[in-house]
Amino acid sequence: MEAILALEDGRVWRGQGFGAKAEVAGEVVFNTSMTGYQEILTDPSYSGQIITMTYPLIGNYGLNNEDAESRTVFAEGFIVREVSRTVSNWRANESLDQYLTRHGVPGISEIDTRSLVRHIRERGSMRGCLSTEDTAEEAVVTRARNAPQMVGLDLASSVTCKEPYVWRDAQAEAYGSPTLLHGADLSVTSRMLHVVAYDFGLKRNSLRNMAALGCRITVVPAHTTAERVIALKPDGVWLSNGPGDPEPLKSVIENLKILCERFPVFGICLGHQLMGLALGGKTYKLPFGHHGGNQPVKDLTTGRIEITAQNHGFAVDADSLPADCEVTHLNLNDGTVEGLRHRTLPVYSVQYHPEAGPGPHDAAHLFERFVTAMKAAKKTK
Amino acid sequence: MPKRTDLHKIMILGSGPIVIGQACEFDYSGTQACKALRSEGFETILVNSNPATIMTDPELADRTYIEPLTVECVRAIIERERPDAVLPTVGGQTALNLAVALAEDGTLDRLGVELIGAKLDAIKVAEDRLLFKHAMEEIGLAMPRSGYVGSLDEARALIGVVGYPTIIRPSFTLGGTGGGIAFNGEEFDEIVLRALDASPTHETLIEQSIIGWKEYELELMRDVSDNVVIICSIENFDPMGVHTGDSITVAPAQTLTDREYQVMRDAAIKVIRKVGVETGGSNIQFALNPSNGDLMVIEMNPRVSRSSALASKATGFPIAKIAAKLSVGYTLDEIPNDITRKTPASFEPTIDYCVVKIPKWAFEKFPNSDATLGTQMKSVGEAMAIGRTFKEAFQKGLRSLESRSGFRVPDGLDDAELRRRLTVPSAERVYFVMHALERGYSIDELHELTRIDPWFLDNLLQIAECEKEIAKLTLRTIGPGRLKRFKQMGFSDQRIAQLTGAAEAEVRALRKSLGVSPVYKRVDTCGAEFESHTPYLYSTYEDEDEADSSDRKKIIILGSGPNRIGQGIEFDYCCCHAAFALKEAGYETIMVNCNPETVSTDYDTSDRLYFEPITFEDVMEIVEHEQPQGVIVQFGGQTPLNLAMRLLAAGVPIIGTSPESIDLAEDRKRFGKLLRELDIPQPPNGAAISIEEARAVAIGIGYPVLVRPSYVLGGRAMQIVYDESTLNNYMTYAVEASPEHPVLIDSFLEDADEIDVDALADGDRVVIAGIQQHIEEAGIHSGDSSCVLPPFSISRDHLDAMRRYTRELAKALNVIGLMNIQFAISQGRVYVLEVNPRASRTVPFVSKATGHPLAKIASLLMVGHKLSQFNLPDELTVDRFYIKSPVFPFVKFPGVDPILGPEMRSTGEVMGIAEAFGGAFLKAQLGAGTRLPREGAVFISVNDQDKRSLIDLGQSLLDMGFTLVGTRGTQRRLAAGNLPCDFVYKVNEGRPNIVDLIKSKKIDLVINTPLGRASFYDERAIRRAAMQYSIPCITTLTGAAAAVAAIRSLREEDIQVRSLQEYHAQAAAR
Repeated sequence: MEAILALEDGRVWRGQGFGAKAEVAGEVVFNTSMTGYQEILTDPSYSGQIITMTYPLIGNYGLNNEDAESRTVFAEGFIVREVSRTVSNWRANESLDQYLTRHGVPGISEIDTRSLVRHIRERGSMRGCLSTEDTAEEAVVTRARNAPQMVGLDLASSVTCKEPYVWRDAQAEAYGSPTLLHGADLSVTSRMLHVVAYDFGLKRNSLRNMAALGCRITVVPAHTTAERVIALKPDGVWLSNGPGDPEPLKSVIENLKILCERFPVFGICLGHQLMGLALGGKTYKLPFGHHGGNQPVKDLTTGRIEITAQNHGFAVDADSLPADCEVTHLNLNDGTVEGLRHRTLPVYSVQYHPEAGPGPHDAAHLFERFVTAMKAAKKTK
Repeated sequence: MPKRTDLHKIMILGSGPIVIGQACEFDYSGTQACKALRSEGFETILVNSNPATIMTDPELADRTYIEPLTVECVRAIIERERPDAVLPTVGGQTALNLAVALAEDGTLDRLGVELIGAKLDAIKVAEDRLLFKHAMEEIGLAMPRSGYVGSLDEARALIGVVGYPTIIRPSFTLGGTGGGIAFNGEEFDEIVLRALDASPTHETLIEQSIIGWKEYELELMRDVSDNVVIICSIENFDPMGVHTGDSITVAPAQTLTDREYQVMRDAAIKVIRKVGVETGGSNIQFALNPSNGDLMVIEMNPRVSRSSALASKATGFPIAKIAAKLSVGYTLDEIPNDITRKTPASFEPTIDYCVVKIPKWAFEKFPNSDATLGTQMKSVGEAMAIGRTFKEAFQKGLRSLESRSGFRVPDGLDDAELRRRLTVPSAERVYFVMHALERGYSIDELHELTRIDPWFLDNLLQIAECEKEIAKLTLRTIGPGRLKRFKQMGFSDQRIAQLTGAAEAEVRALRKSLGVSPVYKRVDTCGAEFESHTPYLYSTYEDEDEADSSDRKKIIILGSGPNRIGQGIEFDYCCCHAAFALKEAGYETIMVNCNPETVSTDYDTSDRLYFEPITFEDVMEIVEHEQPQGVIVQFGGQTPLNLAMRLLAAGVPIIGTSPESIDLAEDRKRFGKLLRELDIPQPPNGAAISIEEARAVAIGIGYPVLVRPSYVLGGRAMQIVYDESTLNNYMTYAVEASPEHPVLIDSFLEDADEIDVDALADGDRVVIAGIQQHIEEAGIHSGDSSCVLPPFSISRDHLDAMRRYTRELAKALNVIGLMNIQFAISQGRVYVLEVNPRASRTVPFVSKATGHPLAKIASLLMVGHKLSQFNLPDELTVDRFYIKSPVFPFVKFPGVDPILGPEMRSTGEVMGIAEAFGGAFLKAQLGAGTRLPREGAVFISVNDQDKRSLIDLGQSLLDMGFTLVGTRGTQRRLAAGNLPCDFVYKVNEGRPNIVDLIKSKKIDLVINTPLGRASFYDERAIRRAAMQYSIPCITTLTGAAAAVAAIRSLREEDIQVRSLQEYHAQAAAR
């Protein structure tokens, strides 16, 4: 199956198609993680995006029942140098080709992915179209140009859950609970704490991390009002990651303004950007974003460095933050804001992914920090 | 945290001579550490006994001690230098052991010296099996169950805990002999009894076998603020059971999901924190059960290692350099990433290619050794290859080894034998796997037999399938698309030619006409996320080229490929010097090499680095890409020389001595003619391509003769033949002679002195750099002989003759650069044995001794400088004795007789320096690990030729208070000279015999020269026993005489330690 990838600036790559026979458009981004393609494909934050893996050999260990981060594949398309034709891992039950076919997602392989990555690095992320449907080159380029711009795009509203639900982990007992793995301090756990989790495109591993610390979690849709959340009597509110630009989510931002005054709030990724906006800051689009598992972040409050998993195209502008907010984390590669907190309220957020999945567990302790904040708030009530 | 200000002077410990398991990688790490600490303004003191290293170049440290790495010598240096700190983590196990010894005996505390990098406690936890096991238990990590036992009863009690299968490994036996794997009680009892018997301490390890589990390694770095990063993950192609140094290894890990990888990462971080490695790099090995993911920790190295060198080259992250900076207080975020310049070192490299390392072995040099691979490392070198797929990297790696092309295995291999070859790990196993795939073995079946991961096997299957596809094609039918695909899979032009029945040149021509050429991509630590400022490149067949070649004047230096016996670090030293000198002279320097251990493959060494196989095809592509003004082939040993004529024919501008001259010196007939014209004597010789011819030549010359194949390295398959039946045997079995490669036959000069001369020439003038006399006589390979600068017993006439011949030959061959000549002096006459118009093994030794950087000068001569520009006398001199002594790997090869011969078998060298010959030899011996006794009993047994000198030798030993022990013949001869000698039985005569005496430590020195033509069981047993019980064993009479001088020095004076800089300053002042 032949396949073609075109960018909006007219550059075209031809390769072998795999996965579904389809034509998709979206923002083309690259991810530098060498492992974790299943988690990446199923991360709702990739909605509207076509992902290139910088590591060339993908599919080696297959796909399994436990590692999906959500109910389905959210990436629009997948670009790799070589797809493994065989699968080797005791947990694997499917090949990458089968998996993508089953989820209706097309892939392209046998292209010079490094040239694509360099192109994006030099010129910034751009829209592209990936087709495995024998489409003419010109048509594919046109489709890339007609894809929606990421700036101003509300994607969270389309990936969020439809109804609130109480989180129960079907995989709770499955291989390797992440919290046990990274040796969380279980003394901070409490069965009593109730977290309301806003789903802007959440990953299961975040919920697993909080559940492992003893939290009871109610997941609510993105546009749930502050009043409804207050009615759920949470001990804390958690804001998930998610796709797209945070700015169009005006009503969410208004809800957060209210909730921040009343509860400990912890935001991740898109949740962090929304928090920044709710606290009065601004966000902007990065040239090609951060997508990978090796980003160094310095915690300015402790001086420690964490190697973090990241996946974002927008960032909070440090200069835009009001005086009652402070930047707590910085990206050591480019100095962008990776975390912030309110100076007086128990409200804080990070741009990166403490839940990992995929990526290092260095920042998992942030969930403990959240639990501690909720306990403290409960005590003072 | 910024740099510590309380430290000013730091001592760095090197790793000593190259041995199996501890090679060039420590020159790479030590050199990086020296440079890093010096650039931070510290006064640096380096100690290393190995003169062939870059790190011992006098410019790299403030003071460089080329002294034995013994506790006594290092203590003396510390007392002299009074450093504030010692960095023990860049010099392998040797440096770590020294640091522990100096800490435990109180030296460091007494002198107020701090250990930086790793503290004593951390080293001990990591190194002590039991402490480490407890530490792992405390952090909840599993290790194989195990214990030490001293009796069968204890063993039986332990097996209940350990379980089958179990590994039984006797303590302190050579190469682990006497051990094995037991699958049931019956086997267990048998092996335990055997193991206890084999162990000198009557002790054996009983350990749960996890053979067949997947093996991984992680390379970590930690800073003083407890930030930890993983630099690289490595997955072993060969599963548990094969030493990682003997495994094909792949970076990054290929078959771990992110969950499993993160579990391993978390475990590794816990380990480094628990063990307490304060700053720097560590390597942690894991085993993983492929059926359920169970993880076990195997071991950790609290220092940089072979794997960290590999990881540095595989990722572009210079672990040793960063480790050195961390050791003086910097944190990871304060150190910039050299490659991206704008991001910090506090990150985890991500790579967008696949790296494969393949070991290189030297079993052919140890014919009776067990070539099975196991838990003891046996390889002598390695090649690394980079490709965008595993298949490409794997095939590039195989051709980097310079072994045969393709996957042919012996004809007529039956199924049972093939299965055995698949089950038992060996150097050749991967070829048998390929063969089995061609025969149609399924992946499941092969996995069952080899336990190699199915992912790797499937990739090999794809190569095998592709071979079949290519074989069905011709150059006419192949087409550009397919050709590119084959090249992407790593097939060489040569292999495609073989498979299609074409010539390599035709494949190349086709490729060029179809526009199928490689592009070069960068190793940049970050998967192209940031711009790279260091041209560290590898080839692949894709679209976009990033070489970004300049239009500066530039020189390509071809490296020496994987280390092997006869071609090792000395050549890397020369290549690095060429890069340093030419860079300084304003050239852009371009290095081509595929050895991950070396300094030459540090991206810092040259302006541009191509990490590529050194084959005609790969070199030509780089030459076409770069269009250099010159290519240097004379520094990398035989590897680039073998390409020289083809490169020249292809129009490549080779600089320095012309390849024709190099070829002439190798060509028996033409070279003989030249010598006759110059009236320079050569031992009578001839060449033969059949048994008949060989016999005729040998009769013409007269036995004994020295026979060898042409164009070989390190005396490969070289033999002294005393009679016709041995000659027949040799011609039939030992070599394949052909008209292109005849067997060379020389008259063997018995009892001849051998001399090496190194010289520099610029086409007009010749400077003699060093005349080195061998301690061992001609017939012992020059690389295996101790050599002495200046000569200690050569007459002025003979020296003058050698000087004259050297100058005449340099001019006749129009040498530009370096030249080495081997002479023999027999019965008053000087003969030329061999001329090599190129860098030799002794270049670094002579450079260190004379204080003149020969390879640097030579490389400048090659670009047109003249000797007159360097202010050199006609002959360099030294004002004391410098002795280079070899180090052998016999301990690793049970069953091999540790005697010297015409085939080189040493892996490394040390240098001893002193005012007098005896003192220098004593230091060289100490450096090589031989502790000559001050007193005690000497067992002497010499062959008939050597009996003449027996009385003198015996008398000298008796004069120093030794007692002599000998068998009947020796005793009788000594008695004839009125010398007392205690009688001892030969091995088969009765008991206690000589081996019993050695085992009960009643002998302090063995002098045993091989009895004539073949070595007998008796003497082998003596030599093996001496080796096992670490008793010095000398196998030549000249060696014995030198040892006597050394012992005298040991008894009469203290060992003096001085830095090279002091020696050179003294020499200059005299």
